[in-house]
Amino acid sequence: MKGKTKIEVLELGYAYSGFGELFNGVSFTIKTGEIICILGPNGIGKTTLLNCIANLITPTKGKILINGRDMNKIQPRDIAKTIGYVPQTVIPSFDYEVLEYVVTGCAPRLGTFERPKEEHYSIARNAIEQMEISHLSHKAYTKISGGERQQVSIARAISQQPKIILMDEPTSHLDCGNQVKVLKIIKKMAQEGYGVVFTTHNPDQALLLKTKIAAFDKDGNFSFGTYKEVLNEGFLRSMYGIDLHLYNIDEIGRSVCIAPIL
Amino acid sequence: MKTLSETFSDRQSKTFSNKQPKTFSNRQRILLLSALLACLALFSLSMGRYSNSPVDVINAIRSRLGLIPQSDISMENIVFYVRLPRIFASIFVGAMLSVSGAVYQGTFRNPLVSPDLLGVSSGASVGAAASILLGFGMLQRQIFAFIGGILAVALTATIPKLFRNTSNMMLVLSGIIVGGFLNSVLAIMKFVAEEQTELSSIVFWQMGSVSSVKTRELVAIGPVYIICTILLIALSWRINILSFGEIEAKTLGMNVRRIRGIVIVCASLLTASAVCISGTIGWIGLVIPHLGRLVVGSDHTELLPVTVIFGSIFMLIIDTIARISTSVELPLSILTGFVGAPTYAYLLYRQRANSRSFLKER
Repeated sequence: MKGKTKIEVLELGYAYSGFGELFNGVSFTIKTGEIICILGPNGIGKTTLLNCIANLITPTKGKILINGRDMNKIQPRDIAKTIGYVPQTVIPSFDYEVLEYVVTGCAPRLGTFERPKEEHYSIARNAIEQMEISHLSHKAYTKISGGERQQVSIARAISQQPKIILMDEPTSHLDCGNQVKVLKIIKKMAQEGYGVVFTTHNPDQALLLKTKIAAFDKDGNFSFGTYKEVLNEGFLRSMYGIDLHLYNIDEIGRSVCIAPIL
Repeated sequence: MKTLSETFSDRQSKTFSNKQPKTFSNRQRILLLSALLACLALFSLSMGRYSNSPVDVINAIRSRLGLIPQSDISMENIVFYVRLPRIFASIFVGAMLSVSGAVYQGTFRNPLVSPDLLGVSSGASVGAAASILLGFGMLQRQIFAFIGGILAVALTATIPKLFRNTSNMMLVLSGIIVGGFLNSVLAIMKFVAEEQTELSSIVFWQMGSVSSVKTRELVAIGPVYIICTILLIALSWRINILSFGEIEAKTLGMNVRRIRGIVIVCASLLTASAVCISGTIGWIGLVIPHLGRLVVGSDHTELLPVTVIFGSIFMLIIDTIARISTSVELPLSILTGFVGAPTYAYLLYRQRANSRSFLKER
């Protein structure tokens, strides 16, 4: 992938009206080729932060710059050409064909009254092939498994041809095998030059991928750095309020984060 | 596994068939259905109490065109001033209610939604009842119904703005609030109405009929029908994206509020226009989109054109039955209920059988 893209999150804060401040003073930079894992306890604002970056909601403080330009001053259509979003999987109301669903990733590049043409279907088919799910192309989106649906959603984000892909809990609802499969896809996408930002409830996934970490502790304090800098036992224990241990295991070539016997 | 960048560079080199092979292409299907609709319209034109003979109808048309000398003037008048406007009215009304039903279902992501969702029908009923109570004639009644329907939707659209919550769910709840309130207003009007004359007029209006529609009304609603339907079909791919929900539509760079606004305005104008000339007609806006989905699938680019024609055919058949089956004119809602409800049950059964169920996993 050509061209580096950088998203700068500057002193970002979000407050729901009437519910007080969710987070404040969040700053970090997302670059192409990097994986950033957003960690934090339930309800601390992981998804809200991701949604701010996705331009789904407007932060109440601070700003977000895409290649130095304020996001507020960029057309939604142009933001969608840079930032792709993989939502938490939901079962849709209508049984669109997988290919029809994936091709909607081309929407930012099509005029309001335009419909996808053969070239857009090619982009969609290639994204599907990339996810190795060509056999699902003509199946109904409602009729495939959760893991397959997650892959279809990622294929849709790829057909959007963005620089940065945001994923909201991409491994929720997935079994162990599918979780690792999705994490592998994330790694591969980063190797090919996409910037990937995802939220997760499992800190071990950050260790699996050796990502950068954007983490909220239980009081909402924000820290950002490499997994080595941010993730230590003390931090993890205070974040989740339970006993957690980090071990470096040479046979599998990584550290693991595990809870002791209950 | 190829790299992603390779994937994008070699995308021109492969040829694929665009879609699954289907029995008919989209265009062929539309042409076939249009031909069927035309045949049914001709058949319906020759049905009626005055004369049942297609030959008489053809003669009437030929004499109108000056091809043969005028013989049966009353047959000619019946064909051109009674049956033809009525046939066009049923075709228009069926299409308008069906397409707005399909669009509402897509936009609100719920296949159980009908065009009355945002209070159009309740508003139109209140408008029509008000004009009946005020002793106005047919034209005013239609204008009142139209304005009532549009005002009801406008009110429904305003409430979420007051609450500063413009989600779909808020809009639906607001529609329920407005609809419920207007139904009470209508009940008061019925309560104070003169039983023999006014009340029966209101009740009959609510059961729906196109028997008194003349060319004038068709000319009035024709432009709304054509413009809104074309606009909705032009936006049909965007309606697909709207049906994924606001989050996905937004992250695909779509101006959700604007597109949803245009779509709702068009669908509401269609419903209000249909209701103002025909009264409220139930079921059709719910059943026909389902029938369409069963035949062509959920993709709105294919669904909307098919729904337009299915709606026309269904309404034409219903209205033809209404005017020829008994000596008294049957109200349309009675027939659409009798035909529509079992059809809907059958469609749900088929959907389940195909395991294309939207009920199962929710």
